[in-house]
Amino acid sequence: MSDISIRVCMGPGGIASGGGDVLSAFETLLKQSSLSAEIKDRCSTHKVGCLGMCSKDVLVDLFIDGKKTTYQKVNAGMVQRIVDEHIIQGAPIAEWITDEEYDNFYSKQIKVVLSDCGVVDPESLESYVANGGYKATDKVLKTMSPVEVTDVMTKSGLRGRGGAGFPTGVKWETCRKVPSSQKYIICNADEGDPGAFMDRAVLEGNPHAVIEGMLIGAYAIGADKGYVYVRAEYPLAVERLSQAIKEATAKGFLGKNIMNTGFNFSIKLKLGAGAFVCGEETALIASIEGQRGMPRPKPPFPVFSGLWGKPTVINNVETLANIAYIITKGAEWYASYGTEKSKGTKVFALTGKVKNTGLIEVPMGITLREIIYDIGGGIEGGKALKAVQTGGPSGGCIPASMLDINVDYESLAKVGSIVGSGGMIVLDEDNCMVNIAKYFLAFTQLESCGKCVPCRIGTKRLLEILERITKGQGREGDIELLERLSKDIKSASLCGLGQTAPNPVLSTLNYFRDEYEAHIRDKKCPAKVCKDLLTYSILEAVCTGCGACKRACPSAAIAGDKKKPHKLDADLCVRCGACFDVCKFKAVAKE
Amino acid sequence: MNVKLIAMHEQLTDLIVKFRESEGNLITLLQDTQEAFGYVPQEAVYWFANELDVPASRFFGIATFYAQFHLKPRGKNIVTACCGTACHVRGAERLVNAVKRELKLEEDQDTTEDRLITVEKLACLGTCSLAPVVIINGKMFGKATTDILTREIRSLKKETKKNE
Repeated sequence: MSDISIRVCMGPGGIASGGGDVLSAFETLLKQSSLSAEIKDRCSTHKVGCLGMCSKDVLVDLFIDGKKTTYQKVNAGMVQRIVDEHIIQGAPIAEWITDEEYDNFYSKQIKVVLSDCGVVDPESLESYVANGGYKATDKVLKTMSPVEVTDVMTKSGLRGRGGAGFPTGVKWETCRKVPSSQKYIICNADEGDPGAFMDRAVLEGNPHAVIEGMLIGAYAIGADKGYVYVRAEYPLAVERLSQAIKEATAKGFLGKNIMNTGFNFSIKLKLGAGAFVCGEETALIASIEGQRGMPRPKPPFPVFSGLWGKPTVINNVETLANIAYIITKGAEWYASYGTEKSKGTKVFALTGKVKNTGLIEVPMGITLREIIYDIGGGIEGGKALKAVQTGGPSGGCIPASMLDINVDYESLAKVGSIVGSGGMIVLDEDNCMVNIAKYFLAFTQLESCGKCVPCRIGTKRLLEILERITKGQGREGDIELLERLSKDIKSASLCGLGQTAPNPVLSTLNYFRDEYEAHIRDKKCPAKVCKDLLTYSILEAVCTGCGACKRACPSAAIAGDKKKPHKLDADLCVRCGACFDVCKFKAVAKE
Repeated sequence: MNVKLIAMHEQLTDLIVKFRESEGNLITLLQDTQEAFGYVPQEAVYWFANELDVPASRFFGIATFYAQFHLKPRGKNIVTACCGTACHVRGAERLVNAVKRELKLEEDQDTTEDRLITVEKLACLGTCSLAPVVIINGKMFGKATTDILTREIRSLKKETKKNE
């Protein structure tokens, strides 16, 4: 019986920080002949999904006789000492153990979806089952009728976590009632919002939870086939998911006559080919059918006529990962978290200029301040918070003055943003809001499928105006034009992409109009981001004459003798910022 | 049949067989084609169109709709800069510009003349906590800086010269 368990974070952050090296270092060391057989027998190593606090990766949880110690920022070189001192001699290495910041990061979180992420081995069905996996399926298939299942979902108050927030129970119940010999359930894993990685972490950290959610959903609506539509940009998620499906099929959790109940259900994987609009239900269906992923008008809604014209339920990854927990622990338990209209918990990807970046799960209704300052530890480098961007390209920016807002569907909508799929990007004083709006518009303009003219041409025109403004060619009346055009695009587009694409422009205009005015009237970028509005110069008093800037300059705008202050010719300068980047003495000024 | 098509013929036949057996669709066929050749060759599309009696325009419609497909061959080395929101606010664009400057690429150019290196942007890789992120030939560089990237690219160039 192994009672020393070493769990290495192999989520997206863990792997990128060298989790694989750390794990193999442990494995190699534990096989060494110098190690006593007694210790060897007691040790086991596991790769686990995202532990959450990616800024401290690689995180390693070490369990000895049930007692957990977490090491942070582990690299392969540190493994030997952990094995020698902690595992063999029993003396933890205090300076490598996580500190107060780590505890604060977790103390306000409530983990439902992520409760087994970082605990179970995502590549082992056995590990999932040992943690209570597939018990909910057993309960549903053997003791509950489909109506009872949809009832539990409705009572739990669970709403679609992909962004729109439609009640899951209602969706299932509607589809259940549609008479049809063939129905489908689709898991939407085409996480496309830039700056969001919740679904990726769940798929890579606990794929069986998603499969189990689909199974229960399929039983509730009467489907026997399911599809997971997953981004090809997430190769590890694809790999772990296909392995999980294979293993579940081999062990009889998927396939024919599941658990001897006569219920059949199988899952197929479909790889997305890189189109943001395929996150939209009808576009996603078109893509699974092998066509260009273009949305069609609704109604008919997919629950009536979806994939191949059959009734189809489409749920997001996070929504599905909630299902088994709700079945096991009950609707009342789930509904006890959150606010009156937004129940339960929500996973957010907390990133940007915040100290502790990572994946967090919080009860709905928590304040933005608690997220940024208590969990996130505040802004890095002592800078001032400017805004928080939520909801990706469909969302908006919430200014620092509104930090006490509750994070739930209704409150965020009131201030012109959305919960969305869960991206939460913290912006500080060095971020230009016009640039942020331009960034999102460049994204939606590129991803517009081209079907509706207001979206196809409107986003292009919005982008052109924003580009003009950031280049110092803004005109009087541009702000009003942006507002009018935005409203037209919103009201005349067919799908969610066009209907929400102008949101980043509208919300930044609403709260940061002065920045737009500074760009247009004074031809200045207050945050010093828009390169055409900057001027570079060399501070003669600081310059050491090292020549680094001269070598880096692509347009020969910098001249000067060795060890003497250099000069920058503003007429030749192309404002690339190369000199600013290379100067080690902060002798290049930009304004 | 031109020379290029003859060279590809065996692989194309395999792809069609797989397509028919796995009840795939045009997207999966194009994905497999790109996997086999590194890009989607025009010759392959016309050959499929003929074999399957599906208009070539339908293939091109799909190939140009989805960002994943490349209709031109790419460089030997691929540098992918993540331009997701978290990377953007942490200066991804500056990194891309620096890499392009180093490779002497114009703004609208993504592959070097000698097809040694392709620089491409991607919407989001989902490793936002390590922003800005750049992937060079599958190896991920988190919290990337212009210094790190310039060094890596110079060593890529050197390595290729050595191998030649």
